[in-house]
Amino acid sequence: MSGLKTATKPSARAAGTRSQLLGKLAPYGYVAPTVVLMVVLMLIPIVMVLGYSLMDNVIMKKNPQFVGFAHYIDILTSDSFHGAVVNTLFFTGASVIAHLVIGLVFALLLNTDLLGNRTKAVFRMIYILPWLFTVAIIAILWRLLLAPNGVVNYVLTSSHLIGSQIAWLAEPQYALLAVTFINIWSGYPFYMTSLLAGLQGIPTELFEAAKVDGANPLQRFVSITLPQLRPIVISMALLDFIWTTQQFALIWMTTGGGPLNTTEMLSTFTYKLAFSRYQFGSASASAAIVLVISLVLAFFYVRAQKARD
Amino acid sequence: MPKKYIAGLAVVAATALALTGCGGGAASTSSSSGGAGGGTVTLEFAQWWEPELPAGALRSIMDDFEAKNAGIKVKLISGPYAATKQTVVAAAASGTMSDVVGLDGAWVSDFVKQGALANVSQLMSDAKYDDSQLAAQIKLNGNTYMIPVANFVYPLFVNTDLLTKAGVTSVPTTRTEFTAAATALTKLGNNTSGWVLPLSTENPNGIQNDVMSWVWASGASMLKDGKPDVTNSDVKSAATYIKSLYDAKVISPGSFTMQEQDKVNEFTNGRVGMMIDSLAHVGLIRKNNPNLKFAVAAIPAVDGFSGQRGLPYASWGIGIAANSKHQPEAFKLVQYLMSQDVNAKISSLAHGFPGNKTSTPDYVSSDAIYKAAFDIYKSGTPANEFTGLPVAEQLMRDFDDQFQLYLDGKQSVDDALTKAQAAWVKDFAG
Repeated sequence: MSGLKTATKPSARAAGTRSQLLGKLAPYGYVAPTVVLMVVLMLIPIVMVLGYSLMDNVIMKKNPQFVGFAHYIDILTSDSFHGAVVNTLFFTGASVIAHLVIGLVFALLLNTDLLGNRTKAVFRMIYILPWLFTVAIIAILWRLLLAPNGVVNYVLTSSHLIGSQIAWLAEPQYALLAVTFINIWSGYPFYMTSLLAGLQGIPTELFEAAKVDGANPLQRFVSITLPQLRPIVISMALLDFIWTTQQFALIWMTTGGGPLNTTEMLSTFTYKLAFSRYQFGSASASAAIVLVISLVLAFFYVRAQKARD
Repeated sequence: MPKKYIAGLAVVAATALALTGCGGGAASTSSSSGGAGGGTVTLEFAQWWEPELPAGALRSIMDDFEAKNAGIKVKLISGPYAATKQTVVAAAASGTMSDVVGLDGAWVSDFVKQGALANVSQLMSDAKYDDSQLAAQIKLNGNTYMIPVANFVYPLFVNTDLLTKAGVTSVPTTRTEFTAAATALTKLGNNTSGWVLPLSTENPNGIQNDVMSWVWASGASMLKDGKPDVTNSDVKSAATYIKSLYDAKVISPGSFTMQEQDKVNEFTNGRVGMMIDSLAHVGLIRKNNPNLKFAVAAIPAVDGFSGQRGLPYASWGIGIAANSKHQPEAFKLVQYLMSQDVNAKISSLAHGFPGNKTSTPDYVSSDAIYKAAFDIYKSGTPANEFTGLPVAEQLMRDFDDQFQLYLDGKQSVDDALTKAQAAWVKDFAG
């Protein structure tokens, strides 16, 4: 019996060690697929793009030259880049603010007690429609609507609000406003639905207590609704800011960055460098700059999320 | 423990995924492969033609080729024009280009610079191919890299009903006549315009088809000894002429972001009396507006011009990848597509003009519009100086930027052309 005991002890210990090792490895196993995907699909491409941004004639020639930060200097000192930054800031800033205001107004309308549930359901469906269209459909739709012979011009000229047809997407003074308007139209439902969820989560007791204390509707909105929605608003505004700075498809399919570069954004600027000029080094530098901007915004987003938690 | 087994499986799966991801690139570097049947070669043929031809037409031509060339199979890789370009750029960069590729002349210089295209002159010589039957070859440094399979000319389209209504009795042949016709058409009112000019920078081919075509139509050039020369008097004359039309408001509004498709729509809907467009759109116009009466004519030239008129054209070109392991077989496919009967068939299906001089497409004898266009084609000179130039699309965009500023009154014609010239010189220097 004692011989048997001495034979089982090491094997039991080995089994225990194996089980302990597996236990330690298990968490790594769970995260491994995500880590591999992140490395293959994100880290490697990012590192490659950063590498390309330091080389000249990359991709197009077999022996690219190392040029250091020359592409960064060229881009940061170029007038076209400055124009693209200004346009992107206007487009993004106006879109985020308008998304927030319109989203909040519509969310309040849909949360009101003054309308019946069926009416609210109908309006909810109508208000959310722009969100259901893909960018390509939105671009085609608005190109047709805003064309010189389109519906918008017909309505405005028929009602004598304008004297003659306006090419909204083709005239330098209107094009940026027009694409910003389209982006606002297509993006507000995201805010609306999120804010509506936030509104529905505010305890009614707060409003009842304020009413008892004699607070009017405006005071209740400013002192209860807005503070309660603040974390959602901050998170969404930051996310929207990040997404809108990267908007490419809508701009490309409506104006292509024109007329006269008045709607040139960082995204279209970068795309043209890569696929029109075939300057992949410069395009990579431009993309790296956009990445840095996005990282800064992402940092604020993460900080806001942590503060919320 | 099940948890641990799951963890182990996850690690294995992740490793497999990573290896698959890494291995994919290596496998795809061989765009063609020997088949298991021993000696069978599969050629990849990337192009945008299949979606533009009647369903199954290109596949059927490939099946005929396979039947006549035992041991060679063709795999078609098809996509829209713009997607094909990007696919070819990426494939050329990574060395995974298909064996045979559909090309636009505007891409050739960049791909040659990349070392992505094979020297077709060498392949023709190796195969003892008689190239005298080819209508054109796109050459760089004396070597052929692209052969146009079908050509699509860009004549002047006129809405004959509108012209009659406007009191214009004949199709304009000179710039003065064109201005008069455009003015009369615009005076019809009801949002009708004389001419349409798409200048979108998204796809700036309006500079090639609708602006430079005026230069080429008068036998002039935007190049000198193969180098940029956009400040010459002929280009300036065309630019000022178009500006005069723009200022007279006889051009359909919205030019600065208008695209080729918008142009065709405006003409098809009867809102524009004249446009310069590809003959390839005849079918589309007829389909969308069967009642529209229109004709085609040569693009008007400067008053008093009696020389041969240049007629802009675009091509469905073909080339062979430098990295192809089966270049002789790939050239057999090119040779087949350029043969008299097959080339006539493709041209007929695509409503283009054949790349083989001896081919005659069947629609020419049966359709008045195509017959007229074929006559213009034969009496003029196909002209597209952007073909074979480096970063051709960027050259158009550079010119477009300056030309729009000029049309908008933000700079003089001399400033516009001088700046465009400077940009082109920089682009040429690479």
